[in-house]
Amino acid sequence: MEWRQPQTGGMLVLIFIIITLPLLLDNNFHYEIAIKVCLNAAVCVGLNLLIGYAGQISLGHAGFFALGAYASAILTDRYGLAPMMAMLTGVIGVGLLSFVIARPILKLKGHYLAMGTLGMGIIISIVLNQEADFTGGPDGMSVGSLSIFGWEPVTELHWYWIVATFLVVCVGLSLNLINSPVGRALRAVHGSEIAARTMGIDTTRYKVLVFVVSAVLACIAGSLYAHYNGYITPSRANFFHSIELVTMVVLGGMASTFGAVVGAMVLTVVPQFLTVFEDYEMMVFGGVLMGMMIFMRKGLVPTLKEAIGKRFNDPD
Amino acid sequence: MTLIKVENLTKSFGGITAVSDLDFTIEPGGIVSIIGPNGAGKTTLFNLLTGVYTPTAGRILVEGVDVTGWPPHELAAVGLSRTFQNVQSFMNMSALENVMVGCHLHSNRRFIDALLQLPSIRRTNSESRKAAIELIEYVGLKAYVASQADQLSYGALKRLEIARALATRPRVLLLDEPAAGLNPIETQEIDELIKNIASQGITVMLVEHDMKLVMGISDRIIVLDHGQWLAEGTADEIRHNRDVVGAYLGEQGRNR
Repeated sequence: MEWRQPQTGGMLVLIFIIITLPLLLDNNFHYEIAIKVCLNAAVCVGLNLLIGYAGQISLGHAGFFALGAYASAILTDRYGLAPMMAMLTGVIGVGLLSFVIARPILKLKGHYLAMGTLGMGIIISIVLNQEADFTGGPDGMSVGSLSIFGWEPVTELHWYWIVATFLVVCVGLSLNLINSPVGRALRAVHGSEIAARTMGIDTTRYKVLVFVVSAVLACIAGSLYAHYNGYITPSRANFFHSIELVTMVVLGGMASTFGAVVGAMVLTVVPQFLTVFEDYEMMVFGGVLMGMMIFMRKGLVPTLKEAIGKRFNDPD
Repeated sequence: MTLIKVENLTKSFGGITAVSDLDFTIEPGGIVSIIGPNGAGKTTLFNLLTGVYTPTAGRILVEGVDVTGWPPHELAAVGLSRTFQNVQSFMNMSALENVMVGCHLHSNRRFIDALLQLPSIRRTNSESRKAAIELIEYVGLKAYVASQADQLSYGALKRLEIARALATRPRVLLLDEPAAGLNPIETQEIDELIKNIASQGITVMLVEHDMKLVMGISDRIIVLDHGQWLAEGTADEIRHNRDVVGAYLGEQGRNR
């Protein structure tokens, strides 16, 4: 049986779009949107590994995003660490934290897991709000610029290349992981945890692993966001941001790496166009979401893939 | 050497004792059936043997090693694999991928290697794929290799589970009602398949209600009733055992 790497094509398309996109972006506002798309997409690619592939919901990932952002803000501002060192420290910290949380929290299933992760996110949010001496409290704090081995990104284009590279790396790692015994183990956990265990899969280990990976990706994205934005508030940790991230994953298509990217793009870009509806913006936005979920239940990318597949396979 | 030895095995759920003080041994090779009326504790016994349940009391030894209380994935690693009464296929995956999951124990499972898609991962993928395709053909599902599991019929899923369990390269294959819900022709095919598996040196433990199937293929039969050991023997011995007839047909049956 002939076998091809089914995702190579998708990866090439993504890289092509990223390289040619600057030709279409003609002002800083456009770049700002593109940068936010890349950062959201990177978080969603990680979150999709957890939700879409392993079938474990998290309503608290904005917490890890914010922890990454605040780690960079606090460690560079208050302790004078180099930005890359601060980011690395944040990654290690969030990695350890998520590892410790993962074992007890992932024993929960379904709605209970949703509640557990929701609580986790809220606790992080409260801590960031209350520890005003470190975080500046609800007013937030400013963040110095990023410096990569002495080079400081200044223009929007510099930032675009940084976050786009980060996104491509995340997508590549996600595709690699899924097309491996580890990826199949994760999907098996989603399909039937009990059957996965009797096939020799240490399901707890894999659930913890994917939770940590998704938390770390959110943390790095948060750190980049903080440096790019130059300012960070605890609102990045709140419940609504977590929900937004999950919505992106579900809308784009669960268990589809490119679906996560497309979902993040749609939910970041569409609200910008909806501003023409002024007061009715959120209503229209909600309507668009409802319509998409009713008519494309599997999400954007899997639905389109199926439709295209049918057309090509049709003998007529 | 004795393959499986069960000593005083007991499992209670609250006040109900599903399996009570079982003692038996399984020697390597052949087909051993576990039969008994509904609620006799057959599936509970399978769940205990594969680590899905932890025994309330007693011990389970595999080739002399005490494996009592081991989690399912470690029991799979010592060679116990199973199918499920109500199919537990990975509906989110293709038939091929389902069986590839069964190859997990024999794959390169290192996380970093997977993230970087090292050559060893490509190799392990292609090995698993090859093994899985062979097994799918072996259980007679060649036409469905690329199908999504949720597109397969119930009968096909039962076979797919057997292929998946075989992919772990088990020493003991525990089949929980492989013929339930199948028509007579499909049952006949499963019968052939089970015999063929046993002929390859894999010890088969079978829970099944289809007595024609059980009596035809079993080398030994263990009868449970109300969670307790009732009888053990060849098909002929069991067929003429008064206690067994009584358990199935009630006291009147015994007296006839």
